[in-house]
Amino acid sequence: MEQGTVEDPSASTFTLTEEDHTLANSLRFSLNQDPRVTFCGYSIPHPSEARVNVRLQTTGDPASEVLRDSCQDLMLMCQHIRGTFDQAVLDFTNEKGLEDMDIKK
Amino acid sequence: MEKVSVWDLPDVPEGQLPSHIQLQRTRVHCNPDAPTHTENVQYSGAYSSVGVDNSLQLEQFRKNFRVEVIRLGKEDMEFDMIGVDPSLANAFRRILIAELPTMAIEKVLIANNTSVVQDEVLSHRLGLIPINADPRLFDYKSENDDPKENNTIVFKLHVRCERGGPRLTVKSDQLKWLPNGSEFSLETSAAKSTAKPKTYTTFHTSQETLHDFSKKPIAPCHPDIILSKLGPGQEIELEAHAVKGMGKTHAKWSPVATAWYRMLPEVVLLQQVEDERAEKLVKTCPVNVFDIEDVGKGKKRAIVARPRGCTLCRECIREDEFKQDVALRRVKDHFIFTIESTGALPPEVLFTEAVKILEDKCERVITELS
Repeated sequence: MEQGTVEDPSASTFTLTEEDHTLANSLRFSLNQDPRVTFCGYSIPHPSEARVNVRLQTTGDPASEVLRDSCQDLMLMCQHIRGTFDQAVLDFTNEKGLEDMDIKK
Repeated sequence: MEKVSVWDLPDVPEGQLPSHIQLQRTRVHCNPDAPTHTENVQYSGAYSSVGVDNSLQLEQFRKNFRVEVIRLGKEDMEFDMIGVDPSLANAFRRILIAELPTMAIEKVLIANNTSVVQDEVLSHRLGLIPINADPRLFDYKSENDDPKENNTIVFKLHVRCERGGPRLTVKSDQLKWLPNGSEFSLETSAAKSTAKPKTYTTFHTSQETLHDFSKKPIAPCHPDIILSKLGPGQEIELEAHAVKGMGKTHAKWSPVATAWYRMLPEVVLLQQVEDERAEKLVKTCPVNVFDIEDVGKGKKRAIVARPRGCTLCRECIREDEFKQDVALRRVKDHFIFTIESTGALPPEVLFTEAVKILEDKCERVITELS
């Protein structure tokens, strides 16, 4: 993972190695919903190279800071999703029991 | 259209999108020719001119996000994930398929194979067998690592079809777990007369003493996968070494048979459809989305009874007759997620692990930035 172009801190391209659409598209989503972001997009320069370039331009804040905040947001969302999902599964099993168990009865 | 003075138009409520834009934002419109409004508006300032903030607010997300489990079995589950962006739903799907580790047979040491199935074909078949072992209890084995109890599972397969007997079918339950590691001795060490001959693995302890493998021995998930058929006099003797890996290296390590999602279909009757027309509408739908409701006095009208079953085949709006009456849409933030596990881990655990992996990815970026 490395950071390109550092002359102007408010616009940078980040290269994420060993990553693909999975993370890049999620990051683009959360970055674009940040009011500090004026532009955000990503590209995979070559399909057989495991790397993505994330371009990020902000209204003035350092791009790395905005990216970090977005990652943080994404993590919090994931944690919430995990918590809600586990609770939903728990409620479901308490209520109905596993389908397989019902068949045996 | 009738001419109306601007001053007579109703005010757009502040902080709220006009209903038609809200509809475009939240629904995919499935028209007879092509779907429209398929894109998701992500830019935070997209609606700033009407005073609507489109930025990501965690509080809002927490309030709206819902999970509803529809079906949960040992190997498959279906649940609704509501209030989440497709990029996240797709990330989970991609992780489930390609980035969740499992154990799969990677190396096959063939001592004897006189069956009609060639060595390489047999090895490939062995590789695809799902193995009932929790991958979280094992480490990845890199090329330079010795095969040890914490990164390798060894199976033995020795079947022989006796002459004069009937033909044999070799199934996956013939694979016997060797908790003490390989039993084949290395040829180079055969000359030395040490107490214990060196084998292809270096296990320090038996795997039976680790975790709770003694209670739940490691075996293929399904006992009835056909590997080969043996004729009289044919024999297979081999050892199979399973290691931890990920689906993006090879599909045999994918923990799911499939994992997919679809957006919730929404079928709306824009106008009342009554009597004969209602019956005709019910008949047009191949998956029985519509139903007929009696409204008394011998009157009948069509209702949308099972919108979830709609496959959006658009059969109902193909002819001109119902084009104005029926609207087919998809809810953009409502995902019907289905996971089919291969058996190593239950589907609900798979999903939680997938979410954890996305968290780890974010964390990696954060640590790299600071």
